[in-house]
Amino acid sequence: MTCDEADILLHALIDGELDAGHAREVETHIATCPRCAAALKAYREMNAAIAAADVRFTAPAHLRQRIEAALPQSRGTSRRSILAGFAMGSAVSAIAATGIVAIVLRSDDEQRIASEVVSAHLRSLQAGHLTDVLSTDQHTVKPWFNGRLDVSPPVIDLTALGFTLIGGRLDYIDGRAIGAVVYKRRAHVINLFVAQTPNATHSAARTEDVQGFNIRRWRDHGLSFWAVSDLSADELAEFSDKFESAMRTNGTG
Amino acid sequence: MSNGEKQGITLVPGPRHTARARPAANTTMLFGSSRDDQVRAQRFREAALPYLDDVYTVARYLLRDPADAEDAVQECYLRALKHFDSYRGPAMKPWLLAILRNVCHAEFARRAKSNTTAMDDLPESAETTEPLWQESQDTPETEMLQKRDAGTIQRMIAALAEPFRETFVLREIQNLSYREIAETVGAPVGTVMSRLARARAMLRSAWLAEEEQPR
Repeated sequence: MTCDEADILLHALIDGELDAGHAREVETHIATCPRCAAALKAYREMNAAIAAADVRFTAPAHLRQRIEAALPQSRGTSRRSILAGFAMGSAVSAIAATGIVAIVLRSDDEQRIASEVVSAHLRSLQAGHLTDVLSTDQHTVKPWFNGRLDVSPPVIDLTALGFTLIGGRLDYIDGRAIGAVVYKRRAHVINLFVAQTPNATHSAARTEDVQGFNIRRWRDHGLSFWAVSDLSADELAEFSDKFESAMRTNGTG
Repeated sequence: MSNGEKQGITLVPGPRHTARARPAANTTMLFGSSRDDQVRAQRFREAALPYLDDVYTVARYLLRDPADAEDAVQECYLRALKHFDSYRGPAMKPWLLAILRNVCHAEFARRAKSNTTAMDDLPESAETTEPLWQESQDTPETEMLQKRDAGTIQRMIAALAEPFRETFVLREIQNLSYREIAETVGAPVGTVMSRLARARAMLRSAWLAEEEQPR
């Protein structure tokens, strides 16, 4: 690891945001670099000093009153009758509510996974750990996954179509090991995460923007795909189209 | 997290009294006082008011003016109540702070337009902004950071340039995770990381400079 990388990552270390592997890498660098070690020590002292000094502000009482006054008041209504009204309302909407809750939970879950996918993408870019197996040959990358994962991801060389295969990697999303196939378009990295899904139906690709990255995901042949990149949504769509049609024609996976 | 911005009432940049009159108009509108409204308001009160000091603290650092901070916090809570029905989590504090941020940026825009405030109140938003202090290239290996009183530290944090100050305050004083900060400010996690590194480096230089030249 270089000092430039450590300059950024040692803050993530202080803040407890690094996974164990990267934390170890930063610590290894710091053990051999007096400059970065001094920086880490100084930042830790500074944090401690700020925490000890209490630099927060307390909202003035009149501000609290102003906000309280702007909220609808429960004048003359006891808490008990509010609850009674609430209970009646909830009896009527109970069935509808369970449906809504299911939807809300699912989307929270999807959001969390989308967020983890982006984090995994970022991790892969940050520490020079983009690939565990570095090869532009699909016949090298694919066998590498065998035995490392329950399901081997389809590895398709799209170089002729403008997306260069550069390797594969093991990653962790949602607490399980999954395969990442890594492609490049110009200077842009695309991480294609592939995981098994109990849901065998095909679902068409769609793109969403998560934390400034584009994620395109689809489901096919009992596999879930997430392609993440800082490429434009159009180019990422082109990638997934080409990948899907290549997968149909050569039946890989 | 751009709900507040997209659907919220916009604090139109303009004469100060217009902006201040806005919350009052809102208040009347919110006084529907049906039972539903009351139940909703009660839930909102329990969920959002415990964070009043947090929201106020961030407003003070972002706007660097106590009166403007109070107005922004009140506006933030009114917008939050208005959008409380569409609130889906995950956490109340980052949600409130994202709304506050939109309010503060409207205030920045108003200041920029009205030109009545000093130049250094304007947000120095460009990532390329020169730091107020030159970051020291080689720091002595045995630098010692002296204790500073709260007022001095507050002043040094407030002097950081945007957007580094915002990221620093959300992390250091509000204890938000990188991901929560990214969602709150609408930037990728990588950007949050580099802003935080810059902010701490600037503060460290300022801290050392204070030591060498005590006021």
